[in-house]
Amino acid sequence: MKQQELTCIGCPLGCTVTVTTNDLPGPDGENILSVTGNTCPRGDSYARKEVTCPTRIVTSTVRVRGGTSPLVNVKTASAIPRDKIFDCMNAIKDVTVTAPVHIGDRILSNVAGTDVDVVAARNIPSAEV
Amino acid sequence: MKNHDLVIIGGGPAGLAAAVSAKDHGIDDIVIIERDKEPGGILNQCIHNGFGLHTFGEELTGPEYADRFICQTAARKITCQLNTMVMDLKAGPDFKTVTAINRKDGIFQIHAKAVILAMGCRERPRGALNIPGTRPAGIFSAGTAQRLVNMEGLMPGREVVILGSGDIGLIMARRMTLEGAHVSVVAELQPYSGGLKRNIVQCLNDFGIPLKLSHTVTDIEGTDRLCAVTIAQAGPDGRPVPGSETRYPCDTLLLSCGLIPENELTRGAGIRIDPVTQGPVVSDSLETSAEGIFACGNVLHVHDLVDYVSLEAAAAGKNAARYIRGGRSAAGGTIAIRPENGVRYTVPAFISPDGTDETVTVRFRVDRIYRNHTIAVYFDNTPVSRRKRPVMAPGEMEQVILDRKKLAASPDLHSVTIRIEAPA
Repeated sequence: MKQQELTCIGCPLGCTVTVTTNDLPGPDGENILSVTGNTCPRGDSYARKEVTCPTRIVTSTVRVRGGTSPLVNVKTASAIPRDKIFDCMNAIKDVTVTAPVHIGDRILSNVAGTDVDVVAARNIPSAEV
Repeated sequence: MKNHDLVIIGGGPAGLAAAVSAKDHGIDDIVIIERDKEPGGILNQCIHNGFGLHTFGEELTGPEYADRFICQTAARKITCQLNTMVMDLKAGPDFKTVTAINRKDGIFQIHAKAVILAMGCRERPRGALNIPGTRPAGIFSAGTAQRLVNMEGLMPGREVVILGSGDIGLIMARRMTLEGAHVSVVAELQPYSGGLKRNIVQCLNDFGIPLKLSHTVTDIEGTDRLCAVTIAQAGPDGRPVPGSETRYPCDTLLLSCGLIPENELTRGAGIRIDPVTQGPVVSDSLETSAEGIFACGNVLHVHDLVDYVSLEAAAAGKNAARYIRGGRSAAGGTIAIRPENGVRYTVPAFISPDGTDETVTVRFRVDRIYRNHTIAVYFDNTPVSRRKRPVMAPGEMEQVILDRKKLAASPDLHSVTIRIEAPA
């Protein structure tokens, strides 16, 4: 048996949730024996997910050519596995886009083999010539 | 001299939401004055996600959240005067005088029927922290570093120590790490973090960055560029514990040691300031001690979530609209709200008994971490409500919603007291 303490991030309350697992590897969470300490159902599902496959939205910036700003901020369109964060950063490191850029424009597809796109999260108009 | 019904000082999240609300409550002649080249304020450099969970039910980045409100102001044809700095504000019963300056018009004045203060806050700088040591390059406020990295594409340094665990410091610990820097430690003077739980988890724990509570910087080394800082444990008296010092070689020190509402204009107008929040003292209509001048957002008190700023600003916009349409400020008696026993302050500080909204939202912060304590509300000495909270922390804003009908049912009420009480 193994006990892991997590801080739930479902809301600002930040419950301390304890997840007890048996020693068998369980990629789908069947090894989870109990989840305690949460004060709402979101805490339960967060803790189960965090123990089996934690995911994060990654946000960063890429260079813009010909825009009113030298950078546009970008995000993964949905959460990607936590262990792919640095692969994602490497993939977007050398990307340059051309203005204008609009919120939601696809910057990279299937980043780091996650099936998730990286999209623009800001409007950057073309610089006036 | 120009005349406008409503001048809003600041085009960040508070100013934009206040403008939208004032317009929707019948005021057409509105101008927002913004010193930057674009609206959106600090949201433009906050590229992380997590904004708007309450307002839009989704997790947006800062620029996306700002864009929602920029689009709303544009759809309502609200003027935002950019690259313009307000220099002075004068109160007055009939009109307020706003003096501003920009490159095109030079210095000019506006007479406004009402003004909404939405100037936001700024970071506490090194000079206000009394850290010993030399004064080399490489020491930045966390927000300055955030602007350099996220908007200008410049890296402040490679080997980073962060002092203070405010949200911007935590966010920048992750951001610098993702951009290839090494963040060796985040030191926090207090025995608890000043930031949100989710930021501790996602910005520090995810990357194995240690958070040292009750620790502070006791020395800064370097002549031209920072080369090391010393971090020591702070004892119960706040003084460094001898022998606990650790030297961290580094080229960058980021400071995330608190935010201060930016109220130079407010003070200049002779408006009363709360010594705890460093923001103006306001009534439940968010009106300051100067008639027809309202305040909202971080200039009023520092918020943890922008969603609450938007809500508060919408209330300020609505109340300013009502004032402009002829609803004069409340005259006569007021009900004081007394923060006691762990409640550091409340916004508003007092209630006008003749207000028209069905409820009064009172926001406050507690002075330390409380577990399983109760927020108790008293009308004079009579207990009226108790709400148990599993945990309360200084970094997270709390609120109490008062029912106007209950207030009206107590005509001789002098004060409402809000206290933190231990379990019975």
